[in-house]
Amino acid sequence: MLLSFYLSLVMSLTIQPPIIMRPEMGNPSIRRPLFSHKVAAGFPSPADDYIEGWLNLDEYLVPHHEATFFVRAKGNSMVGAGIFDGNLLVVDKSLIPSSGSIVIAVIDGELTVKRFLKDNDKIILKAENARFKNIELKEGQELKVWGVVTATVRKFV
Amino acid sequence: MPLALVDCNNFYVSCERVFNPKLEGVPVVVLSNNDGCVVSRSNEVKALGLKMAEPWFKVEKLAKQHGIIALSSNYALYGDLSARVMSILSTFTTRQEIYSIDECFLDLDGFDPQSLIAYGQTIRKTIKRNIGIPVCIGIADTKTLAKLANYCAKKQLAGENSVCDFGQLNEMQMSELFSGITAAEVWGVGPRINQKLRAMGIKTIEDLRTATPDKIRNQFSVVLERTINELNGFPCIELEDAETPRQQIMVSRSFGSSVTALEDLIESVAYFATRAAENLRQDGSVAASVCVYIRTSPFKETNQQYQQSKVVPLIRPTDDTMKLVGAALQGLKAIYRSGFYYKKSGVLLLGLQAKETLQATLFDDPASLAKSARLMSTMDAINQKMGAGSLTLAASGIQHRWAMRRENKSPNYTTNWDELPIVK
Repeated sequence: MLLSFYLSLVMSLTIQPPIIMRPEMGNPSIRRPLFSHKVAAGFPSPADDYIEGWLNLDEYLVPHHEATFFVRAKGNSMVGAGIFDGNLLVVDKSLIPSSGSIVIAVIDGELTVKRFLKDNDKIILKAENARFKNIELKEGQELKVWGVVTATVRKFV
Repeated sequence: MPLALVDCNNFYVSCERVFNPKLEGVPVVVLSNNDGCVVSRSNEVKALGLKMAEPWFKVEKLAKQHGIIALSSNYALYGDLSARVMSILSTFTTRQEIYSIDECFLDLDGFDPQSLIAYGQTIRKTIKRNIGIPVCIGIADTKTLAKLANYCAKKQLAGENSVCDFGQLNEMQMSELFSGITAAEVWGVGPRINQKLRAMGIKTIEDLRTATPDKIRNQFSVVLERTINELNGFPCIELEDAETPRQQIMVSRSFGSSVTALEDLIESVAYFATRAAENLRQDGSVAASVCVYIRTSPFKETNQQYQQSKVVPLIRPTDDTMKLVGAALQGLKAIYRSGFYYKKSGVLLLGLQAKETLQATLFDDPASLAKSARLMSTMDAINQKMGAGSLTLAASGIQHRWAMRRENKSPNYTTNWDELPIVK
């Protein structure tokens, strides 16, 4: 599926610069040794014993399948974290956010992506763009974290 | 052997709320296919007294008065979230029976009986955090009791924080609890049985539980006797963890608007038979006969009513879309009468068996059978890749004037790249 694409994965917790990785091709569901020569005819490949299978992007990006959802970022409030308008975000709902996590939070009934900062009892949702205001939680106000953003996926082709 | 029944609260409404937090705290209903009936209600709606399965057109006015938000059903979304919930639940036990889209039995044999409530809380919190769906959990020694424990958890009659373990109640507490609940709430006691029970003076669950088995056996079937045994803690209904292949496949829908022409009915029946055939091949089964039925709307009492069905046997059991569609249309033409406003049609595949156990007959043409199999697997592969319904028989039509009405359906948040939730 991902053949012929280059794709940059920006792991969420590093602010910058984004780590650029090389994608893997093909999409086998499990990692397993592959033996290419089944028939007795011809010479077996000397590499047969060393083949370890393909790397699976799904396995890399989505360790918790049931709890992972994809969402689409809109706007520029998080460009400083490497999240641009239209990017696909990988969200793991099973993770508990710690200070510095990028989270999807529920604000006024809408889903919003911000950096989660916690200092003692004070919680701030920080935009990674100077043009946007931070959201500070007042006392008694409960923050609903929808999930933790673990990666962004950006396609160029 | 303790087991748990995990039941998702107001499942369809809860699914909608996961991706649209604005729906939290406001009255919401989800309507059946075609926006026909209420099939899921939020607690706020239940508090207003709106009943389940109420036809929407009858309650629309009341709903508007109270600002109830009505959504069309989004089965792609519910199916996806259900699969996620069931998959997480499977990690909590070695044996699981998925009872319905939103209910699941878990075998808790071997766990410390004193720890089950805490375990239930862990399950509940995990599902809530990882998916966002609230669940209630009932724990007891039989399936019938686990269902009741779940009911008690939901109605807050026993247990706490949506988990109820009957193992923690003594005999006296159980009697007291069951004396306050009508027998109609028991799994397997339908309205008709309940009426008969009431006539015999059996009103509460406690009455039913302590009824003389002989008396029940004489008046009712062995099924109700089994229910009574289950109520007394003797397991009679096994946990069915092995998935049994379907015995019949049914595809039917009511139409968005009534149709009168045979052509429209042909389209719908061909379309449903095509979908049924796809399901059949997915199971690796073949069907021995096809049943087709059509009917007018029972809610339009002023219109003339007509309903009819016909079973068309096949010479050789098959999974070939073209043969199944052909048989369905043959049946349809036999039962169609002009002059009626048809509101629903359906196709039922009967006499299913595994394809590999099918015996060859004298008149088989191996070459054409192989050709049919190749054609069908090609069709399935194309539809898998390009999206359902991409390649179909011309008979199923293109315009679909009878298509479902789904006026207020939420996006396919989890199954379509173009409809992902938006975050700002």
